[in-house]
Amino acid sequence: MNWHYILTIYLKELKDSLRDRRTLISMLLIPTLLMPLIMLGSITIMTRVIKQAQEEATTLIVLGGQDSPAVMSALKAEKKFQLVDAGTNYKQAISEKRVRVAVEIPAGFEASLKGGASQTVMIYHYEGEMKSGMGAGEVEKFFRNLRDKTVETRLTDRGLTADLIKPFEVKRQNVAPPEKVGGNIFGGIVPYFIILLCFTGAMYPAIDLTAGEKERGTMETLLCSPVHRVNIVLGKFLMVMTASVATIVVSLLSSSASLLIGGSMMAGRGGGAAKAAASMGQIPTIDPAGILGVFIMVTPVAMLFAAVLLTISLFAKSYKEAQSYVSPLIVVVVMPAMMGMLPGIELSAKTALVPIMNLSLVCKEMLSGVWHWNYIALIFGSTCVYAAIALGLAVKMFNREDVIFRA
Amino acid sequence: MIIARHLTKTFKDKKRGMVTAAADVSFTCQPGQIYGLLGANGAGKTTTLRLLATLLKPTSGTCTVAGHDTVSAPEKVRANVGFLAASTALYGRLTAREMITYFGRLNGMADDIIRARLKALADELDMHEFLDRRCDKFSTGMKQKTSIARTLIHDPAVMIFDEPTLGLDVMTARAIVKFVRECRNRGKTVIYSTHVMSEVEKLCDTIGIIHAGRLVAEGTLPELRTRFGETDMEEVFVKAIGGEAALAEALKN
Repeated sequence: MNWHYILTIYLKELKDSLRDRRTLISMLLIPTLLMPLIMLGSITIMTRVIKQAQEEATTLIVLGGQDSPAVMSALKAEKKFQLVDAGTNYKQAISEKRVRVAVEIPAGFEASLKGGASQTVMIYHYEGEMKSGMGAGEVEKFFRNLRDKTVETRLTDRGLTADLIKPFEVKRQNVAPPEKVGGNIFGGIVPYFIILLCFTGAMYPAIDLTAGEKERGTMETLLCSPVHRVNIVLGKFLMVMTASVATIVVSLLSSSASLLIGGSMMAGRGGGAAKAAASMGQIPTIDPAGILGVFIMVTPVAMLFAAVLLTISLFAKSYKEAQSYVSPLIVVVVMPAMMGMLPGIELSAKTALVPIMNLSLVCKEMLSGVWHWNYIALIFGSTCVYAAIALGLAVKMFNREDVIFRA
Repeated sequence: MIIARHLTKTFKDKKRGMVTAAADVSFTCQPGQIYGLLGANGAGKTTTLRLLATLLKPTSGTCTVAGHDTVSAPEKVRANVGFLAASTALYGRLTAREMITYFGRLNGMADDIIRARLKALADELDMHEFLDRRCDKFSTGMKQKTSIARTLIHDPAVMIFDEPTLGLDVMTARAIVKFVRECRNRGKTVIYSTHVMSEVEKLCDTIGIIHAGRLVAEGTLPELRTRFGETDMEEVFVKAIGGEAALAEALKN
């Protein structure tokens, strides 16, 4: 191993890659432009849709209620509801999303309020459909208020106060600081994105520096030089890692910038997020130490990806062949990253040894401000060992004539 | 100097099974001489030259290049060899200057020495005009000149040429032949593989005829002519490999 040669090769590969449009697109352009676009775009659309759905009157079919005129007129007077004619089939109307909710008022309902037997008001909604769910909530609220008022009337009729049935109040108060709330909200999704970007950022240069060189005929030229092959592998490996880390840094910067801009945009508009923030006291943020921790922990994973990608794409004869080997690997990478997001899977001595998933798990903890130093050391160490093994494999592949001269 | 003794290279091929690309090849190339390796396509020329350049390891046999063993000291061998083949391309996104400088550095040369040497090579090869342009925009002639400068930047004692004129126009091919001759005149050990008979006649001091991985005949041009009783090089070659039937059989494989 000779650092002078490794550096020479690394600097040349860096210069070469920076002149390559395809590398620049995957390393810089996609993370800087695409990430903010996706984030801002989805946030804007989501808040707009939710706001719209909240403001829009709930279309409602009332079944029965002919003998309850007071209830009916109260429903009609309520601005939140837009009463629709029953038509032929209320179930179909809800299923086809022409109407959000239907409510069935039993016969003699109003009469029963004045001291009759307890009756049931049925609300028909479409499970899983957001607008229908919100509508059902509004209708339920309307009838709950009516019930409370009825109780109150009955109590005052008997000369009693409302406190009789409400001996105490129950309230919730959040004690988690805003960065912890943010960590819990983003803790699952941030590591997932980072792992994905770490892999895709390394993918293109790894192929270009191995199969691409073979295809263009420069690999043999390079192998003619007196430099030992270990140095060649390490120089190329450093370049792939640089691309991977650069992709993450650029994406982190651009997505946090877009989150900040997006957050202030929504706060300015007074939308749902601002209201939510007001109810929580502050806008949820992420602990910077957590971000730094994620960044440190992702480094050995970037090493592992770089080494594995170099090994696999070196085997390919051409750029296209390498792409077809490497693309399916995204699924292999994403699966453990997603499993780390599942609520049931927690950090343990066993899960800390599963590559990628362990990163996902520990990042979730770090972002919500929990630092398990033993696991952090175990995960960092084990991933370094995996990366070293993969790098050893890459060197071995480089020394195999049948791989280098595969045609 | 190159001393090859009983060089044998076998490898596995999916379709053909075990293939012997070079079988018991022995020869010696002297400094200040051009050794021509003549053979049909697939005769084992490229394999033999890759063994000399340490790109491949021999299955058996030994080879000493510029005083170093190719198996035990491959890095030292490569430091003394300039290898030019149709398959050694240039980095398209680098300029000629960057490409040559890169290989100078990989040969452990200091930057000021590289600069001086590059200037001398560019003068000699008339490269100044395109030295700072990217290689992917070059004509074949410019590419060949850059490749030559790349192989010569560290002034190696041994030059290995693997069909360097393959696919080139007449002008460029002639320039290459002229350049190979100059290498010999400077006292370098030169080995040159080709399947073009006229190039062998013009260039080579000693000729080795290779067929199906074996060196079937070796000698100077007059020696070979006398031995096979033919004056035309093509006839000499066909006789040496055992007639037209053998040639047809070899090309079929």
